[in-house]
Amino acid sequence: MKNKKINSNTLLLLITIALFVVMYVVGCIIYSSKGFTHLQTFLNILINNAGLLCVACGMTCVMLTGGIDISVGSLIAMDCMLLAVGMEQWGMNAVVLCIIVLLIGVVFGLVQGFCVGYLEIQPFIVTMAGMFFARGMTAVICTDQVSISQNAFFVGLANAKIQIPFGAYTNSKGVLQIPFIRIPVVIALIVLLAVFLMLRYTKFGRSLYAVGGNEQSATMMGLDVKLTKLKAYVLSSFLCSIGGICFCLNTMSGSVRQALGLEMDAIASSVIGGTLLTGGVGNVLGSFFGVLINGTISTLVKTNGKLLSSWSSIAVAVLLCFFIVLQSVFAKIKDSKK
Amino acid sequence: MNKVKKITGMALFLPVFCMILVMAVNILYDAVSGNFAFSFFAISIRNGVLYGRLIDILNRGSEIAILAIGMTLVVSASAGTDISVGSVMSLAASFCCMLLAGYGVSSTNDLAVPLIVGVLGGILMGCLCGAFNGFLVAYLNVQPMVATLILFSAARAVGLLLCNNLIVYVRNDSFKFFGGYAGFIPTPIVIAAVCVAIMMVLLKKTALGLYIQSVGINKKASRIAGLNSEKIIFVCYVVCGLAAGIAGIVASSRISSADSNNIGLNYELDAILAVALGGNSLGGGKFNLAGSIIGAYTIQAITTTLYALGVSSDVAPVYKAIIVIIIVTIQAPPFKAYVKRMSAKRALAKGGAAA
Repeated sequence: MKNKKINSNTLLLLITIALFVVMYVVGCIIYSSKGFTHLQTFLNILINNAGLLCVACGMTCVMLTGGIDISVGSLIAMDCMLLAVGMEQWGMNAVVLCIIVLLIGVVFGLVQGFCVGYLEIQPFIVTMAGMFFARGMTAVICTDQVSISQNAFFVGLANAKIQIPFGAYTNSKGVLQIPFIRIPVVIALIVLLAVFLMLRYTKFGRSLYAVGGNEQSATMMGLDVKLTKLKAYVLSSFLCSIGGICFCLNTMSGSVRQALGLEMDAIASSVIGGTLLTGGVGNVLGSFFGVLINGTISTLVKTNGKLLSSWSSIAVAVLLCFFIVLQSVFAKIKDSKK
Repeated sequence: MNKVKKITGMALFLPVFCMILVMAVNILYDAVSGNFAFSFFAISIRNGVLYGRLIDILNRGSEIAILAIGMTLVVSASAGTDISVGSVMSLAASFCCMLLAGYGVSSTNDLAVPLIVGVLGGILMGCLCGAFNGFLVAYLNVQPMVATLILFSAARAVGLLLCNNLIVYVRNDSFKFFGGYAGFIPTPIVIAAVCVAIMMVLLKKTALGLYIQSVGINKKASRIAGLNSEKIIFVCYVVCGLAAGIAGIVASSRISSADSNNIGLNYELDAILAVALGGNSLGGGKFNLAGSIIGAYTIQAITTTLYALGVSSDVAPVYKAIIVIIIVTIQAPPFKAYVKRMSAKRALAKGGAAA
């Protein structure tokens, strides 16, 4: 009897993967004339959402503990603005700036994590304050839109193409198109792999699940719940800063209104990927597919060309709603079984 | 020592204290910059309408005060916050303006439907959003913040769709009334006052307030005691949506247009801040509506003061965020326990010295 029983959590993940496949195949069928079937379309989804993927990984870790971090979008705006202004107006070294950005992420996470873990303030309130703080600080740094063009190293990094040896095709003009990815995708995939391994094999990763599953039992098992929570928020803000650098490599600019609502996309990706909002259950692999679904929806809306861009956020919200309801139904079934 | 404790222990201590602090800053600023020190409080009649900084704060703070009513109930009953209020405001405004102008029209001087239809439509849309949130929270047991997150992001997008991606202008004097003047008093003040009065009477004359508190303190126990906990939470969210709808119409009437991207932006923070500042615990249970209302006007006073001090509207959230963190930290149980421990230690040391 090697029949592995499918529980509700794997079912959620399977639904997500199936949804992505269906959505993508439907897109391929409807928009085959617009190049949806090419490998590059898929890679573009990765390129456009590399930053989001990093953020979603961090968000998943926080949500595993039963918390939430809505400061990520603003933090990314602050990171991008700092990078842009630092390089363009202060003439700082790109590497130094990136390290500063990562450090800011850690400090930001420390403060938020302290408030949540040790002061026992609701995560939502803390990170909401963080969200407005970061957005405000972005305006303190600079209120204009700054684009990055002078720093040769950073521009080179942003324009670097990593070509993929298969999937090449000739377009209508007879030019050979070789599919490529960019640096942020590599960074994001490394982050994904690292977080995946961390959650699965390290003590910290397992304790995240334990704390989210039941705080009291975790305490009784001898885990430091407060410290685990603190670390989760530090990790989230740190990964968010990495995401910020990826995001900046993609947009090459900083503005106050950048990444508005990104926290929503990240949360939606995690939830769609099967992370329970109550904590304790989830997987970054699911979040990865959540991000892909998110990207596919916006690509579909863009490929259509006639639909208003607000449709994509409505579609994501509807999906989010669907999965939240699904989760709650599963939870009710579980309760009634007990 | 006891007297101090008595005063700080009063329910309205925090909001009133903050209000006095803001006023003090204003007086100081006026005195330093060479104006009449009490010009903050000066109220005069210009062009037949009331004029003065206090009036301005009361006027501009109306939306937050209206939102704070709904938010207080939601926080009390479900121990969570409704973060969709700002977006719902925008959606209600968009729907109202779309009804008044007709679909796809970006600017109009004449109303397509009677004013009352548009306004009621907007308010109804607010209630609908509230009902959606309430259903998710009360009957599906979704965390309030996550449930309202759906509308937080979707409501603005729906509003844009309703307006066909345009900013709809309704340049009609009858519509401007809600954000304009009723006689010599700004209408928003009157609307806010009426809303607050109705809610106060409702809470005083019926057991609703008691029910909400009991559900907030312990949902299961209230259920066993015979209360329909789910229904009460649901009603709180509908009231919150209703408040957001009213606030949205006031906000859109002020600028006589429906700007989906900007109406109600960041208002959810202000509303939550008002509730926290009002001395209400964000963990649910006991609430104090009067505190929330004073809190709402205090926040507007802070905003106005910040602008008067030359802080740009983009930067203002930094200060507000710091204030939120300070307030919630003061309220946090571990912090309270720490303070208690420290004061006990001090008392012990004193006792030891005396002996």
